[in-house]
Amino acid sequence: MKRFIPWMIFAILCVLPLIGLSTYALHILVLVIMWSIIGMGWNILGGYCGQVSFGHAAFFGMGAYTAGLLYFHLGITAWWGLLACVPVLTLTSLVIGYICLRLRGAYFALATLALGEVLRVTAENLVKFTQGDLGIMIKQRTWVDKTWYFYIILLIALGTFILVKKVIESKWGYYFVAIREDQDAAESMGINTTLYKTIALCLSGTLTGMAGAFYMNYMGYIDPTVVFPLYDISIVTVMVVMIGGVATYWGPLIGALIMVFLAEVIRSMPKIGAAHQTLFGVLLIFIIMYLPNGIGGDYRKLLRLFKPKGASS
Amino acid sequence: MAAQVELFLQTLISGFLLGGLYALIGLGMALIMGVMKIINLAHGDLMMVAMYIAYYLFTLFQIDPYLAIFVATPLLFFFGIGLQKYLINPVMKVESILPHNQVILTVGIGMILSNLATVLFTSNYRSTPVSYASTAFYLTDYWKDAPIELSLSAPWSISFIMAVIITICLWFFLTKTDTGKSIRATAQDIDAALLMGVNVRRMRVVTFGIGAALVAGAGCLFLPIYYLYPSLGKQFTNVGFVITVLGGMGSTEGAIVGGVILGVFESMTATYLGMGWAPVGRFLIFVAALVFLPGGVASILRKQRLGK
Repeated sequence: MKRFIPWMIFAILCVLPLIGLSTYALHILVLVIMWSIIGMGWNILGGYCGQVSFGHAAFFGMGAYTAGLLYFHLGITAWWGLLACVPVLTLTSLVIGYICLRLRGAYFALATLALGEVLRVTAENLVKFTQGDLGIMIKQRTWVDKTWYFYIILLIALGTFILVKKVIESKWGYYFVAIREDQDAAESMGINTTLYKTIALCLSGTLTGMAGAFYMNYMGYIDPTVVFPLYDISIVTVMVVMIGGVATYWGPLIGALIMVFLAEVIRSMPKIGAAHQTLFGVLLIFIIMYLPNGIGGDYRKLLRLFKPKGASS
Repeated sequence: MAAQVELFLQTLISGFLLGGLYALIGLGMALIMGVMKIINLAHGDLMMVAMYIAYYLFTLFQIDPYLAIFVATPLLFFFGIGLQKYLINPVMKVESILPHNQVILTVGIGMILSNLATVLFTSNYRSTPVSYASTAFYLTDYWKDAPIELSLSAPWSISFIMAVIITICLWFFLTKTDTGKSIRATAQDIDAALLMGVNVRRMRVVTFGIGAALVAGAGCLFLPIYYLYPSLGKQFTNVGFVITVLGGMGSTEGAIVGGVILGVFESMTATYLGMGWAPVGRFLIFVAALVFLPGGVASILRKQRLGK
């Protein structure tokens, strides 16, 4: 039974646009699915492999700019970005991995944090190549209707989900977890830790980049502050996974659902809208203190809260 | 040719002055890194808070930003103690899958601070128009036939000297007082310090307070020569951890040297490549430190000491 749950959810999501959702509802759904892809990507690296990244905006933005620049300079449709971002991001990840993953501890988190910032500054300053702060706009979006975008992102999400599941259930997945739990022990068991951390980074970066390339096509406009921000993308990515559940298959989807809805609700409130980052920060602190493994990881703890005392779980 | 030399020397001087201030930011971060083994990613945002305190002292009561140090530093000291005691210490006990939980926590704190500042103070750029803002010392005033002209801005020099004074005070505190020695012991080896009867929990709290106070001092020194906006913290957090890595994780001497190197390098990129590229230069130095000098400046210093 459990095996069919993903397919059932997929089927339900497939039918959803047919029952006549409003454009806004569909837009929210697209965002939820896009964020869950980014979350799944982050989860491979941060959740399973234990290498926390504070700079997934870098990968997201790289993907978006790959698509945007292909359109802008070569005049081909930005959908090619979805394919092109695979080699581009794999290469980027290899370079970053080569530099940062040889070292332990917080170095990697710091390097990724700086990376997002540097890419933003680079995109702002290479005015001839990236249009700088003007950003890149797709003059004519492929479809006015959102239904097709929804199906495309749904397919990517399905592919991502299967990929993550296959990878984590394979030998690699066990290597990743071993590295997260104890790097020395993993190394002494003969695991090439640097290699497997780099593999996790490449997978994670590429998936996030694909979400970025989709974003370019979907929104039709990007500029450096939209795709490379620290708080609005990098930290939200961390939150999506942390709220949903670190190192779980469904965590990113749950987290994305909660975060996107929360963001929409908070932003629509007249006075509080500007303070949405504060509320996110409070939520983040709350999650770290009381639900460190997220809803997916600590749901037993949550259930216990609602059960009368004395009843065993 | 003379113009080239002049430009180079001028860049070097301003880089050195900037480096002294950067060192102060890096010092606080290195102390926290040394004692708690975490990077405090809210460091720049604490500085921003201190700068707003100094700014409002200036606009409401006409208190000079340099005097505001005596108000902002203690305030931030207690603020830092509160953060450590009620937020970071409890999280150290929480069991979780994810490592670096406290680091994510500091990101959350930083996010709240910078966003609250945006809501409360709007995101306008502000500055304190002090009377001596554009005063400067010129080389030709003192040496009539100097072949080149160099200038030294007054607020920059005062800030630099104050930074040096604060650093010396910190050095005395760390080497001569009991608390300072306990902090250094905790940084060296937590278990050994515990066995020697050091109250490690209290040292953590005090260290975070001192780190926050140091960066508050840096903020007050930066106010007369820089401008102020709510999201400025991120940039200085980056500066702080680049210095920490460059200096060697948790080394205070390393942080001073690292700060000066970074200041000079950033000044050079700003002069020869353009203002906007300074963050990229910062990142390049960071990467270079990671690849060629993973132990930071501290490892070189240690080698020399052992060689003696």
